[in-house]
Amino acid sequence: MPEGRPILELQGITKSFGGVEALRGVDFALHPGEIHGLVGENGAGKSTLMKIIAGVHTEFSGRFLIDGQERHFRSARDAHAAGIAMVHQELSVAPDLTVAENVFLGNQPTNALGLVQWRRMAREAGEQLARFGIDVDPMSRLGDLPIGLQQLIEIARVLFSGARIVILDEPTSALSPPEVERLFATLRRLREEGTAIVFISHFIEDILRVSDTVTVFRNGRKVAETASAATTKGALIEAMIGRGGEALEHSYTDDLMLPRPSDSQVVLKVDQLSLARSLKDVSFEARAGEVLGIYGFMGCGQQELSRILFGKLKPDAGTLVVEGAPKTFASTAAARRAGVALVPESRRAMLFHQEPVYKNISISILDRISSLLLKPAQERDIAQRQVEQLQIRPPVVGLDLGMLSGGNQQKVALAKWLTYPPKLLVLCEPTRGMDVGAKNDVINIVRDLRARGLAIIVLSTEPETVLSLADRILVLKRGTLVREFKNEPVSKDRLLEAA
Amino acid sequence: MASSETAPAAGQRTRGLASFLRSQMRNIAPFLTLIFLSAFFAVASPSFATIDNLGNILTQVSVTGVIAVGLTFVILCAEIDLSIASIANVTGIAVAYFTLQESYVNIPNIPLPGVAAILLALLLCAALGLVNALGLTVIGIPSFIMTLAMMQIAAGISALLVRGQIAYKVPSLITTLGSGSIGGIPWIVIVAAIMLLAGHLVLTYTRFGRYVYMVGGNREAAEYSGLNVKLILGAVMIISAVCSGIGGMLGVAHFGSAQQNEFDTYLLDSIAAVVVGGTSLFGGRGGIGNTIVGLFVLGVLNNGLDHVNIDSFLKILIRGLILLAALIINVYAQRLREKAAE
Ligand SMILES: Nc1ncnc2c1ncn2[C@@H]1O[C@H](COP(=O)(O)OP(=O)(O)O)[C@@H](O)[C@H]1O
Ligand SMILES: [Mg+2]
Repeated sequence: MPEGRPILELQGITKSFGGVEALRGVDFALHPGEIHGLVGENGAGKSTLMKIIAGVHTEFSGRFLIDGQERHFRSARDAHAAGIAMVHQELSVAPDLTVAENVFLGNQPTNALGLVQWRRMAREAGEQLARFGIDVDPMSRLGDLPIGLQQLIEIARVLFSGARIVILDEPTSALSPPEVERLFATLRRLREEGTAIVFISHFIEDILRVSDTVTVFRNGRKVAETASAATTKGALIEAMIGRGGEALEHSYTDDLMLPRPSDSQVVLKVDQLSLARSLKDVSFEARAGEVLGIYGFMGCGQQELSRILFGKLKPDAGTLVVEGAPKTFASTAAARRAGVALVPESRRAMLFHQEPVYKNISISILDRISSLLLKPAQERDIAQRQVEQLQIRPPVVGLDLGMLSGGNQQKVALAKWLTYPPKLLVLCEPTRGMDVGAKNDVINIVRDLRARGLAIIVLSTEPETVLSLADRILVLKRGTLVREFKNEPVSKDRLLEAA
Repeated sequence: MASSETAPAAGQRTRGLASFLRSQMRNIAPFLTLIFLSAFFAVASPSFATIDNLGNILTQVSVTGVIAVGLTFVILCAEIDLSIASIANVTGIAVAYFTLQESYVNIPNIPLPGVAAILLALLLCAALGLVNALGLTVIGIPSFIMTLAMMQIAAGISALLVRGQIAYKVPSLITTLGSGSIGGIPWIVIVAAIMLLAGHLVLTYTRFGRYVYMVGGNREAAEYSGLNVKLILGAVMIISAVCSGIGGMLGVAHFGSAQQNEFDTYLLDSIAAVVVGGTSLFGGRGGIGNTIVGLFVLGVLNNGLDHVNIDSFLKILIRGLILLAALIINVYAQRLREKAAE
């Protein structure tokens, strides 16, 4: 590990959001000319610590020293003045500005009159991006570019901002392998120049390859810090998820046996599906009475895949075959008619918060219960039955959906499709953000649907979700399927290892 | 959670009346405005609160009412149609264009039987609505821009048809509906009432009406529920154009002439009627009931200002201020509702 005086030192940092302790007594030090890798499960507190460093969270307890001097930032602007720059996990670009404006966000070159020097700005932005291997017209609107490219431009902006401390929070999820290589080359060059870099990623090989030091977070605590050369992927994964340590109900750290693949009817056949930067040659089958899990990190292409299956996105290449018939869905309505149903990861995206529960449940099946005139009594009956079956609380179908808790809203999202079950049900992150009880309810519902012969696809970035539901698991990594688990033991480590 | 959670319904009940009133603000505020304005003018002018004058008000808002039916559908979907007045104008001109005019009218027109003239005029406005629909849904032009272009296109067709002249004759059916009356009640009021009623029934009791509200309430959710959102948006644009066309034909008969720019004030009036009535500009909330209240607010205001002694130039400003107040309430009501739902 690097010697000498750290450029940044945190001691005993504790931070809570309401009742949730996101960080508990964390010590962290960063040295000039060091690339410091950070790993940990979702929710371990990595982003929170970085946001404290970058002056986004200003309320916390503990000591914060820069160059040995105690500091307290009151805003991100203070952190910036102290030479700290950060690429946030959530893309924070200005989509309506040009590429050049984004690169120079906040410090555009101006002439004596204070006017922006557009030509100079465009030229310099173009040069900077070219150094980073990005070939793009600096005057194009950023929002028109693919997400991966936007992220690259954001990274380039931060890397070339001249900051002494650069923080990259999961920057590679949407990048292609050659882009990751270019990023690493640039990081190494900056390290030579004495910049201190924090690099957060779920790709543990990447962390081991590029960083000098690795710190592992679990549940708001720092549980390990070691030189990268002295550790292995397996050891890091073990430190991340812990064995027997925190008593989680199902930690899925032990092997779980997947059943023999079913030979029932193929409901969906996907062949050589490709979509711009998101998916490449994805092929698989989903069978009746089987839950197919698709696991991968954020940005691996899951979201796009689910949208293609439901006719919301059109693939650039590849075919979908539903029960033997080739399909090109012109709209979500066409997908629904073909027997495909989707529950997206965001409840906001598929529920009507200002409408009563029964209208939320009936909307997808109205054409089955009425041709011209509505039949509200029948709608309420159907909704009432679903509410009872799924134990939605409170069991009042006339209540506005917005009055329900998140877990119950998620059940309503499922209930929409259950009265006339589809042939294929696609679930994105079906248990995200739920407490144990609601999670179990959802798991039981999915098992029940499987027993009724539906083909079910569960896409998730949480290993637990996939492990708790799937009979067969595909691993999606940067847009390609890299591994299939079937009829074999699988565990959280094995999944993480594959992704 | 499934079993331990307490019902939020109980909490809702205890919050009680205040919360209910807040969530209903968009329905209550226009109604209070109407009562206040009526009371004000009744006190200010003895000629205002009479049966005769009520008839006047009804007649004055009829054409706006017919146009506003379709516009209500559009605004419920969180879209806008700025071409309504132009389409009303061109449809009114078209129906005259296909009718035999007096010899002194110097327009190279094509006289046809009345039924054919009416059908062609309806076809024209439906076709213009279809262009709006395709621009919005297939090409993806925002309705604000698309219908702005259509406003100009329809005005252009009007100009080509009448070439600066004025036509007077329309088919006798239209003449009757626009300017005749039965048992002392003007036909135009009856037609407006029927169209408003029909609009209300469609929005409230049909599957299509539900789709309109759902698409307006959360378009993304509608799409993720497997609704054909584009089809619904296209349909409301066509409905709006056809309602405008009917309003235009009746208007021409009502005014007794068909000429360029005859309907210009109806764009603002129709939008005002819908919005003042409390239909949400963000879609999904409101309806024909709101539009009717909005029509009355507008009608009482326009008519009442004629009954009190007031600078006629000031009237324009007063109308603008009332519209602004309604917009503020509209946006504010939306926020209150969203808060209540959280
Ligand atoms: N703004 C916030 N408000 C409330 N809770 C938050 C907020 N940000 C993070 N958390 C919570 O703090 C914990 C740590 O989150 P985070 O730092 O984002 O984890 P990581 O980046 O390691 O995935 C989580 O339990 C998360 O739900
Ligand atoms: Mg994070």
